[in-house]
Amino acid sequence: MAEVLLSVRNLKTYFYTDEGVVKAVDGLSYELRKGETLGIVGESGSGKSVHALSIMRLIPQPPGKIVEGQILFNGTDLLKLSEEEMRRIRGNRIAMIFQEPMTSLNPVLTIGEQIAEAIMLHQGLGKRDAWDRAAEMLEKVQIPLARQRVRDYPHQFSGGMRQRVMIAMALSCNPSILIADEPTTALDVTIQAQILELITELQRELNMAMILITHNLGVVAETCDDVVVMYAGRPVERATVDATFTDPKHPYTWGLLHSVPKLYERKERLIPIEGQPPSLIDLPPGCSFAPRCPFAMEICVKADPPEYPVGANHAARCFLHSEYATEDEKRAAAAAGLAAAAYGPR
Amino acid sequence: MTDLRQGASGAVLAASLAARPEVGGEGYWQIAWRRFKKHRVAIVGASVILLFMATAVFAPFLTRYEFDQIDLYRRKAVPSFSHPLGTDELGHDVFTRLLYAGRISLTVGFTAALTAAVLGTLVGGISGFYGRWLDNVLMRVTDVMFSIPALPVLIVLARYMGGSVLGIVLVLSVFAWMGTARLVRGDMLRLRTQDFADAARALGASDARILFRHLVPNALAPVLVAGTLTVGGAILSEAGLSFLGIGIQPPTPSWGNMLQNAQDFIWTTPWLAVWPGAMIFLTVLSFNFLGDGLRDALDPRLKV
Repeated sequence: MAEVLLSVRNLKTYFYTDEGVVKAVDGLSYELRKGETLGIVGESGSGKSVHALSIMRLIPQPPGKIVEGQILFNGTDLLKLSEEEMRRIRGNRIAMIFQEPMTSLNPVLTIGEQIAEAIMLHQGLGKRDAWDRAAEMLEKVQIPLARQRVRDYPHQFSGGMRQRVMIAMALSCNPSILIADEPTTALDVTIQAQILELITELQRELNMAMILITHNLGVVAETCDDVVVMYAGRPVERATVDATFTDPKHPYTWGLLHSVPKLYERKERLIPIEGQPPSLIDLPPGCSFAPRCPFAMEICVKADPPEYPVGANHAARCFLHSEYATEDEKRAAAAAGLAAAAYGPR
Repeated sequence: MTDLRQGASGAVLAASLAARPEVGGEGYWQIAWRRFKKHRVAIVGASVILLFMATAVFAPFLTRYEFDQIDLYRRKAVPSFSHPLGTDELGHDVFTRLLYAGRISLTVGFTAALTAAVLGTLVGGISGFYGRWLDNVLMRVTDVMFSIPALPVLIVLARYMGGSVLGIVLVLSVFAWMGTARLVRGDMLRLRTQDFADAARALGASDARILFRHLVPNALAPVLVAGTLTVGGAILSEAGLSFLGIGIQPPTPSWGNMLQNAQDFIWTTPWLAVWPGAMIFLTVLSFNFLGDGLRDALDPRLKV
């Protein structure tokens, strides 16, 4: 197995608001290996994006604060670096692509200027060389007539092309990790596939590791090696992509799989997850998914479940896999897991 | 003196959203130029300003006299072939002095407006970008500056720093940056939360780089409008101070001190007052027209 590039350990990012403390990320741990793709899945507000901004140390502070944890990148804790040292990592060693290509480019600077900026900032190239490299990158992301289009402004590009430009910017310094925060959510479906293909192609070419944040399970199934399912700021299940789709262990993951629409099957209706995600300000004392969980037991509303190992490289935060569950409950859970796997995109 | 400040803040609020780009084949500035060309009054204003700038720059080639050359035998002469606008009480050629005075007045106007624009952008930019206590401090300073009655302070300051062009420019700039600062601050509050600011930060850009390279250029359109209006205001203020005798000191001519000079002879040789008065009037009017045209051209909400 390849060496560990990024290791997130018990990361906690809180926001201190007037209404109370929002525990946006509350105890997230995972490891990312060289060249590997890790999918972070969860619904809106589950802490996916906040975790990404935490890695980049871009949490607005105040009100946000990383209160605990370590983010080890090649063995150095990013949380201990000075702002200046962190600036040398951003865009250079760890780069990020955002969700909104329409607004993520500066309207008053040309495409070339914006790609060249990162190159000049990190590679110490002169203006002319940086500009050449910018044009090269634009070619790499398959923008036609790249050499001419570097002089264009963002408004002369469509959404899909702008996301290509964002990718060119992010990859211009050969980062070892790319964080893609819902890179295709704002694009229409045909463009989504193209962009995703482009990203994975370049990832292979540059031998980058990638953290793919998404709520699209289809995308996860196609591109990821490992998956972390997040709910209310916590990782509820961690597994390889195969295990996630063939042998899911957490009721929330089952719920997600049940909500995936399928093109070729006549399904009368999708089975949604009942209820609403909890407010992150005052989480219930037990498992945060318990109020919505059809398998909730007595223990679930009383105590927060720790992570139980449920297989090789597979862990779930759920009492169903502990000694608290009866044999009957375990059997029912296993059956539900298989049913969910049959429903999923694989 | 007050219109110098109010004009800068009030009239240009409409243009504060101006830095949004248009979607289409042409760039933002091309569209602005196309719209500006349709604004006749602004074109007239711009032409008058360019004409006056040209006559000021090429003054030595347009007249046979020096601005401080006196002819005691031809004092207070009526306009004639040799002195097209007449002479004053010391026998200076009025046309010559008008041209050279244009140099001073326009220089004062432009540099004061430029200094004020830079200062205002700096204060407003930092204030809006960093927010919190720094914003509070800088905006209270701005409020205080707005609340100080400018004229008495200008008079006092001008007495100590006045006389020289540089002194007048500094004195005028000190009271002309606040409108721009508020404008830019407001824009910064909006711009700093834009995705492209986050994207620049994620690429490793520093605060200064994000502020000055990414955000300020997005707020330049209203600054340009405010600056244009400030030029007119500053010329008017300089004229006011010089008229009170604490601005530019003779023999260096400015339109203001020419007016002051003329007041003693208003009944005998009224043209001595008419010429500089007309120049001030035309110049300030032209700058206001120009500012108006720029505001319309740069405001994306007004589709032409």
